[in-house]
Amino acid sequence: MTTASRASAPAVEMRDVRVSFGPVIANDAVSFSVEPGEIHALLGENGAGKTTLMRVLAGLIQPDRGELRIDGSVVTIADPQAARRLGIGMVHQHFMLIPRFTVTENIILGNEGDGSVLDRQSAAREVRKLSEAYGLLIDPNEKVENLTVGLQQRVEILKALYHGSKILILDEPTALLTPQEIEDLYGILNRLKADGTTIIFITHKLKEVAAVSDRVTVIRRGKTVGERITAGTTGQELADLMVGRGVSLTVQRTPATPGRIILSARNVTAKPIHGHTELEIEKLDLRAGEILGVCGVEGNGQAELVEVLSGLRRVQSGVIEVNGKDMSHGDPNEYRAAGLSYIPEDRHHRGLVLDFPLWENVLLGNAQGEPFVHNGLINKRRTQAVTRNLMQEFDVRAPSPNTAARSLSGGNQQKLIIAREMFRDPDVLLAIQPTRGLDVGAIEFVHKELVRVRDAGKAVMLLSFDLDEVLDLSDRIVVMSGYRIAGEFVAGDVTRNQLGLLMGGRTSNESAAD
Amino acid sequence: MNRLQIKSSTLLSIGGSVAAVAVALLLGALVMSASGASPVEAYQALWDGAFVGRRSIAETLVYSAPLILGGLAFALSSRAGLFNIGIEGQLITGGFVAGLVGAWDLGLPGSVYVPLALASGALGGMVWGFIPGFLKAKTGAHEVITTIMLNYLAMRGITYLVLRRDDVLPVDPSFIATQKVVDAAKLPILLDRTRLHLGIIIAIVAALVLWYVLFHTRFGYNVRAVGLSKGASAYGGIKWGATVTIAMALAGGLAGLAGAGESLGLHGRHWATAPGYGFTAIAVGLVGRNHPLGVIFSGILFGALNAGGPSMQSADVSKEIVQLIQGFIILAIAALEVVNRLPAIRSRLARRSAAQKAGA
Repeated sequence: MTTASRASAPAVEMRDVRVSFGPVIANDAVSFSVEPGEIHALLGENGAGKTTLMRVLAGLIQPDRGELRIDGSVVTIADPQAARRLGIGMVHQHFMLIPRFTVTENIILGNEGDGSVLDRQSAAREVRKLSEAYGLLIDPNEKVENLTVGLQQRVEILKALYHGSKILILDEPTALLTPQEIEDLYGILNRLKADGTTIIFITHKLKEVAAVSDRVTVIRRGKTVGERITAGTTGQELADLMVGRGVSLTVQRTPATPGRIILSARNVTAKPIHGHTELEIEKLDLRAGEILGVCGVEGNGQAELVEVLSGLRRVQSGVIEVNGKDMSHGDPNEYRAAGLSYIPEDRHHRGLVLDFPLWENVLLGNAQGEPFVHNGLINKRRTQAVTRNLMQEFDVRAPSPNTAARSLSGGNQQKLIIAREMFRDPDVLLAIQPTRGLDVGAIEFVHKELVRVRDAGKAVMLLSFDLDEVLDLSDRIVVMSGYRIAGEFVAGDVTRNQLGLLMGGRTSNESAAD
Repeated sequence: MNRLQIKSSTLLSIGGSVAAVAVALLLGALVMSASGASPVEAYQALWDGAFVGRRSIAETLVYSAPLILGGLAFALSSRAGLFNIGIEGQLITGGFVAGLVGAWDLGLPGSVYVPLALASGALGGMVWGFIPGFLKAKTGAHEVITTIMLNYLAMRGITYLVLRRDDVLPVDPSFIATQKVVDAAKLPILLDRTRLHLGIIIAIVAALVLWYVLFHTRFGYNVRAVGLSKGASAYGGIKWGATVTIAMALAGGLAGLAGAGESLGLHGRHWATAPGYGFTAIAVGLVGRNHPLGVIFSGILFGALNAGGPSMQSADVSKEIVQLIQGFIILAIAALEVVNRLPAIRSRLARRSAAQKAGA
């Protein structure tokens, strides 16, 4: 982004590139250009064709037509080896590492040298050197299976650097990382940039574009629709470009009118999923017509809280009431019967049976009786009809109720779950990280839906690790820390900072004093 | 559009099985050529022995009956997410119990005796299926280990009872079998001058019933949900432990029925020698894609291989080549499964379909 680099040829230039798979056109008329030594974000919704385009650069896909230039000269990238020779390295969303091999063994894989003898030692030395130079903190002799996801990603980055990559492509690199790991990643990328590496950062998150990139190219439905200097644009402009229409990034809502208590928990304790700290909830109330936000650092009892409130985890002691009825020892079916709906944190492993068609997923949790099941027999036609209606009402885009849930995009999967959970017309809705992994358009939908449910007089609990989301939507906020509720606030009476301190384990008094 | 989609996925899995069988036949042909025989003649003989003439067809169906029922047992447990390698044990337990009940001569008319003997065989298998299911649900004991152990327990236990306990049981130590089943307890013969007995009808009816149960009842839904996603089924309020226990017990019941059919329909007594059908049944289930209707076809395929195998000797090919082909089928199916499950390919397909949606 210096004037000097501006004058030289772009590090990467793609002109009028078209990629198709049989009759399906994944990319068309794409023009894309990256300056040397910049961090360039490639922004687009899920399925917009970002990854496909970058796989062309990595030599994994051959375009039908178009021109590729690296450092100004026209090239063809026939295979990944050709990409490697040109100094292009890609870190895929799903890591391509062998768990039982050490870091060094993984890194030198495919580049073992010419002779018959593997020189592990000197390779390890070089890996260590690279790791130290960029602050990656990786032990070259550690087995990959012992590394966290964040560290495995660093191994992938190291691998690319070891192979001499000057152009580094990262495909949705933050998807599996914790907030702290994301911060660390940004630091690493900036250090690489300072050293002259050109970085292409694929993402669908506006926040990440702003946080890390110098320039951004937006791609929609396989086509590039705009290029901006990050500092000279706004999230709103990028969101509109990305979705192709005006979207609202902020949630429109009126003040809440809280009503009666629908769900209450008193002195509830439960065993943790891992470790020894017990969940202890002294008092938690969900009121009609109110969104209660639950924030906190992941792993502070949120998962246990949700399982307890939905009947998935047994309480050791204490009382949970739903609509005045003692549910302390209820199972998920009894909670549902009492008026609870629950959007789970994990679409793939909790919310859906991915290999079931949509209509059988609508049945999940709704199979206790009418209208879908009578005397133990499933009324397939009725379930399919209801599914079709729900798909229309909630804008679930899929060919039919018989489509497998697996083939839907994340946003459509989430809409299906919401549709199913709203079908029972619940009195209380637990929404757990309801926008995780969704793109802007789908996030807007989910947020509007939560507010609509609140305005319809239901109680909503929103649990999210995204503090901004909690602040945007909640009428009341509780902070979880150390498997307890560390503080409760009326939204507006508390600052981001105060919440952050409480989340970090400070007491309510300490954070007020700050 | 949607109907087309369902069809294409069904076609894909049928195609996979057909391809696996084709590959196996091809490999079998290679082996035969290598040993100097003519694969064309051998397969002609196999076909004639399995399907040409009423006697051949009858023999094919006789062999198919226990394989279909055993395949259904495997399919049901697989749908619940369990690898039931204990069909052999469940099958012989069922056969033994049915043989005992049939040999006791309870003085009942056939219309009562046959169902009673069949039911007791099914019950015997059910107990043998319930045990690993229950252990899995309560303690997490892996069903592969427990069912293998129960196979041995059934085999040795029955041999002991047959050889040593003729004081209390209607067994015949000199035959290493139960005593003869009385006529009233025998399954009727469907076709004169053949061995074709009621077992094949029982197997096909069982397949249809299982199909209905799996795809049209809440219980079947629960079984499939539990098998596909433990997390999602728990979320949906489905009790995993109870579901796998019942599914395993019912699978054992189906296997027991297979054994009962052999004792009451084919042999007229239970021989305490293992037929090995319980292991072939695993292949039948796999080739049938764990779908009850698919299992009917794959059961008949394996039945035909067994029935037609001896005819291959006329083409100077050892009948053991059939077992080789069965082995190849299993290998090909396993290879197909591995390919299907390669996560890299999966995610690539997912991405491609996402790209399709973006393009559409």
